[in-house]
Amino acid sequence: MHALDTDILWRWGDSFVLVNKTILFTWIVMAALVIGSLVVTWRLSSGPRMDRWQNLLEIVVSFLRREIRQISRQNPDPYLPFVGTLFLFIAASALVDIVPYFSSPAGSIATTAALAVCVFFAVPVFGIARGGVVGYLKNYIRPSVFMLPFNIIGEASRTLALAVRLFGNVMSGAMVVGILLSIVPFIAPAVMQFMGLIFGMIQAYIFSVLAMVYISSGIQARETQMQKARQRAEKAPHEHEVPSPPRQRRGTPSRDEVHERDQSHEKGPTND
Amino acid sequence: MTDTALIGMVSIIMGGLTIAIGSIGPALGEARALAEALGAIARQPDEAGTITRTLFVGMAMVESTAIYCFVIAIILIFTNPFWDFVTASAAGAGN
Repeated sequence: MHALDTDILWRWGDSFVLVNKTILFTWIVMAALVIGSLVVTWRLSSGPRMDRWQNLLEIVVSFLRREIRQISRQNPDPYLPFVGTLFLFIAASALVDIVPYFSSPAGSIATTAALAVCVFFAVPVFGIARGGVVGYLKNYIRPSVFMLPFNIIGEASRTLALAVRLFGNVMSGAMVVGILLSIVPFIAPAVMQFMGLIFGMIQAYIFSVLAMVYISSGIQARETQMQKARQRAEKAPHEHEVPSPPRQRRGTPSRDEVHERDQSHEKGPTND
Repeated sequence: MTDTALIGMVSIIMGGLTIAIGSIGPALGEARALAEALGAIARQPDEAGTITRTLFVGMAMVESTAIYCFVIAIILIFTNPFWDFVTASAAGAGN
């Protein structure tokens, strides 16, 4: 199998603390992300002339904001750090996979299980921060008390599925390349590696979108149809006065409205 | 036939069968989802973004059954616990 976890590079004492390839590659990806972002954001410009790397990061960040806003229909700011970190980490580790002697840390079940456990704990944290403990716990007996065991099973099984899905995809890509190397060693592995780049991006997207879907399902189930209708009725007469606070944005704004708000929101902080 | 030969043979056959049978259902399901999504995009091109995102998420859900089968096949072939047990106990008996 993949020798990510069993290739031990350094150990301390009786294998209590050890560094294998998974941990080393995770650290490398983390360091690359942190140092890269620090270097790029060293000199930010708000004018029309900007660094090309700043442009790249702005594209990534506004893409993430747009996706989170469309999934949760809320202000994306509270969720951007968590979901964005998941996306950036998985996408970066898939990208760095083309470097020789490096393989994506997501090809180890330990990494993906850790990421899935983060999502598992993030759902109640965001849900309680938004709706209180009672409001969040009420989600489990929705639509009726008889659904309680199924909701709990669903919570556990989707965490397992999240971990195994990412692991299976990344590991199978690496394994197919390894098998092809022994059969057709010239062109075919490169093609498969190229496919692996695309699939790595898609997997990062799917992982972060699913995390956001789970988080927003933990939040939104609390909101009944009646509240939604009331908010929409309140919002309709004075829609063009002021940018409404995030709580009232939970109706279904049209796409133009969302786009406008997104841009105006993002211009704000860069000017000062 | 010795125990190790029997376990090895059954593991290999079942590993192949697991991934072969387990990939039929998700393949049909994903093909159907993709066809429906393409039809929906052709009818409503404005909603292409929403449809594509939902398609990706749904396909990831459908695909997970195939990935479970893949992981089971990998476990059977590469890290089979029964094989390890039999070889370990045979080594213990040999000493």
